[in-house]
Amino acid sequence: MGNEPKIFTKTYKWVGTRPVRPDGVDKVMGRAAFGADYQLPGMLFGAVVRSPHAHARIKSIDTSAALKLPGVHAAVTAADFPDLPSEVSAGGEAPVNFRHVSLNVIARDKVLYEGHAVAAVAATSPGLAAEAAALVTVDYEVLPHVIDVLEAMQPDAPVLHDDLYTSGVDPRPTTASNVAARTGFTLGDTAQGFAAAEVIVEREFKTEAVHQGYIEPHAAVATYAADGMATIWCTSQGQFMVREFTAKLLGMDISAIRVIPSEIGGGFGGKTTVYIEPLAVALAKKSGRPVKLVMSRVEVFKATGPTSGAWIKVKVGAKRDGKLTAGEMVLKYQAGAFPGSPATLGGMTGFAPYDIENASAECWDVVSNRPKCAAYRAPGAPMAAFGVESVLDELAQKLGMCPLELRMKNAAKAGTRALYGPKFLDIGYAETLTAAQVHPHWSMPLGPHQGRGIASGFWFNVGGPSSAAIHINEDGTAEVVTGNPDIGGSRASMALMAAEVLGIDYAKVKPMIGDTGQIAYSFLTGGSRVTFATGKAVCEAADATIAELKKRAAKLWKIDGQHVEWRDGQAWSTLDDGTDRAPLPLAKIAANASKTGGPISGAVSINAAGAGPGFGTHICDVEVDPETGGVTVLRYTAIQDVGRAIHPAYVEGQLQGGAAQGIGWALNEEYVYDAKGRLQNASVLDYRMPVASDLPMIDTVLVEVPNPGHPFGVRGVGEVPIVPPLAAVANAVSRATGVRIDALPISPPRLLKKLVDAGKV
Amino acid sequence: MAKHHVSMTVNGEPVEFLCETQQTLLDVLRDELELTGTKEGCGTGDCGACSVMLDGRLVCSCLVLGVETEGRHIETIEGVAQGSELHPIQQQLLEDAALQCGICTPGIVVAAKALLEQNLNPTETEVRYWLAGNLCRCTGYDKIVRSVMNAAAKMREEA
Repeated sequence: MGNEPKIFTKTYKWVGTRPVRPDGVDKVMGRAAFGADYQLPGMLFGAVVRSPHAHARIKSIDTSAALKLPGVHAAVTAADFPDLPSEVSAGGEAPVNFRHVSLNVIARDKVLYEGHAVAAVAATSPGLAAEAAALVTVDYEVLPHVIDVLEAMQPDAPVLHDDLYTSGVDPRPTTASNVAARTGFTLGDTAQGFAAAEVIVEREFKTEAVHQGYIEPHAAVATYAADGMATIWCTSQGQFMVREFTAKLLGMDISAIRVIPSEIGGGFGGKTTVYIEPLAVALAKKSGRPVKLVMSRVEVFKATGPTSGAWIKVKVGAKRDGKLTAGEMVLKYQAGAFPGSPATLGGMTGFAPYDIENASAECWDVVSNRPKCAAYRAPGAPMAAFGVESVLDELAQKLGMCPLELRMKNAAKAGTRALYGPKFLDIGYAETLTAAQVHPHWSMPLGPHQGRGIASGFWFNVGGPSSAAIHINEDGTAEVVTGNPDIGGSRASMALMAAEVLGIDYAKVKPMIGDTGQIAYSFLTGGSRVTFATGKAVCEAADATIAELKKRAAKLWKIDGQHVEWRDGQAWSTLDDGTDRAPLPLAKIAANASKTGGPISGAVSINAAGAGPGFGTHICDVEVDPETGGVTVLRYTAIQDVGRAIHPAYVEGQLQGGAAQGIGWALNEEYVYDAKGRLQNASVLDYRMPVASDLPMIDTVLVEVPNPGHPFGVRGVGEVPIVPPLAAVANAVSRATGVRIDALPISPPRLLKKLVDAGKV
Repeated sequence: MAKHHVSMTVNGEPVEFLCETQQTLLDVLRDELELTGTKEGCGTGDCGACSVMLDGRLVCSCLVLGVETEGRHIETIEGVAQGSELHPIQQQLLEDAALQCGICTPGIVVAAKALLEQNLNPTETEVRYWLAGNLCRCTGYDKIVRSVMNAAAKMREEA
């Protein structure tokens, strides 16, 4: 566009304020439409037939009995979908292989986990659809299965895919295995680094698979018209992702699908792929009627998400003064049924807060008979950080050093080269440590059975393709259209930035989320990218709008455009020709638009570069009940460099929510399987997410080291806050009990056993 | 199977509907009466997104059958505001930014209103235990708990 967004001053009229969000009233009144809230005339209800086995060959599927039931209008199986070749795209948060996405949406020859979809039916009521689904008969040949990541790596493990050969090892294996890939990073010479170390700490860790736990199950309504055009109303983190993935899976043109995003009831990465949308379209096509598919909570647990459980080994070496000389980690992550765990991201992020000359990471992506993992808030980073931050805590204990000082001594700064390649520019990690040190929490006294843990975390944050369009209305109000579902208050941020740049009141800006036909392509809501990348697009669209407004003002004044400036929402003439021209407010220019060239708008599509990495440091106090092994979180403080908080209340909310999810991950949440590979706790009663009475208030400190890559200095904020809590909680429990925590979750029976084994109780 | 004819009141208005035996009050509200403000998060009474008042008692509407509501009085999120005038709890949640995705919000509003109707001066612990049946995965509950206490304080001033 050539319009550089500007930083007007360091203090802003709107940026940094806390107004009521534009979509708030609808959400507190129950008027906001989420995925399951859509109904169409003549609509059918779908149900999905799912595998009861962890691993089985599909010998045959018979839908005839279901189809004979009056009121049942369609049934689909993999035979109704194209058999796609392996093809990798960057469509989701991580590269995706559409063959795998397709086979995950509907199994073709084999089912690879309990809950894997094998067929879907559509009928006139949800009850009838469930009845029809039960009448679909599938003949299975049950195969041996494997759940554990280390067992899945054994040479004699049951193999899920006979065409999966480990990539990244030399020579490439000639036999298929469950090990999809090995990746690695090296900086300096770790052997030399460890040789120079005076203290070495090495430990193995284990974490369990955990689910994103969004409260809104996946839901979609689809229509398919006789002209081959499909429309999908659904909840997702990206309407353009749903469109691309559905088109690919059904062999349709992208232009034949319109996706209308609903409000999204939480995603956390779990709604960055498709599960039911292609099934709904296929059923709509077969039946000629609109079809609604809504997942049950059991389906959400068994067939979507989760993120990887992991096996981790971390070794660090340091001098007696605490200076780190070397760090090494090995990460083995569960991918679920198809390759694509975030092991590599774990390897890239674990050591990122630290300036370590010699470091390496070895990352293994391993399939097993679990649901295919999906992105979950800073995918891969929390587990790696759990290992690294725990080992650093132990190192601090060995050195008799304050764990904050140890981190300060080794903190990455501008110019530090990260293990994964780049040199950091302006970052605010050390600033989070300083903020922790002066926070009253850090020096509060602790009682018996109480402990304090500290841990840090890093996330890259991303930019990428985003579009924004601003339309100036006849009365001088503005519509701001973007293409990213608002998952946590981003409409407010878009409106604040647009108001700031245009120089008009926040209340005069109406932000909207366009469907795939209303706004140009925007990459999904993920990677902590929306306020950064889409915000940048909004700022540039506002600049383009201002350029047009200035032209119109020049026309009204009949002067050359170069003599017009934009300030405080008004055009100012800079022409010194003796004529006194009162500034023209935006509303006045808008009212005269038809006389100066028609509607006034500005639209941009950008590929936002310059995302600023984010760092956070969390402090956690716990009390351990030695009789039960129960852990109570007493106090929690989350500190993060957020660049610039556009709407500070929603930024705090990101920190608090991420911390709460991390606390759940640390203390209670886990996927529990029986011997047959069936998930035992597929309900929110048994999969124990934190409830209000489990948590204290979560204090936040927003450190603002502006990101030079954004007009207001924004860094992504959504993902960093889930990286430190696992270790912050575990370190607190370790210090409270004197027993080093090396496995999550720290649930009461597990902790009690550990305390008993260690002779502590 | 023949459907059942049921009469009840929703937010003060008499309604009649036909429902299947297995349909829950939640299904009836959402699918038969098109009151989609009440949300389904789990269907097993564990998340609180479907909270409604049944004859003045806070319940999970997914645990009540439609046929059980004959002659009963139901209040849902749609009846909390007086026309376009928000209830103080709704207003306070907005001002305190106590919602992110918003899917749990209707249930939180209904549950918090039920709490403040019997205790206008709850402690933080009382709010936390009262809302322990309402899962929120976005906020970590901090702003919600504060907001309910702030709303209570404002309502006490006005009482």
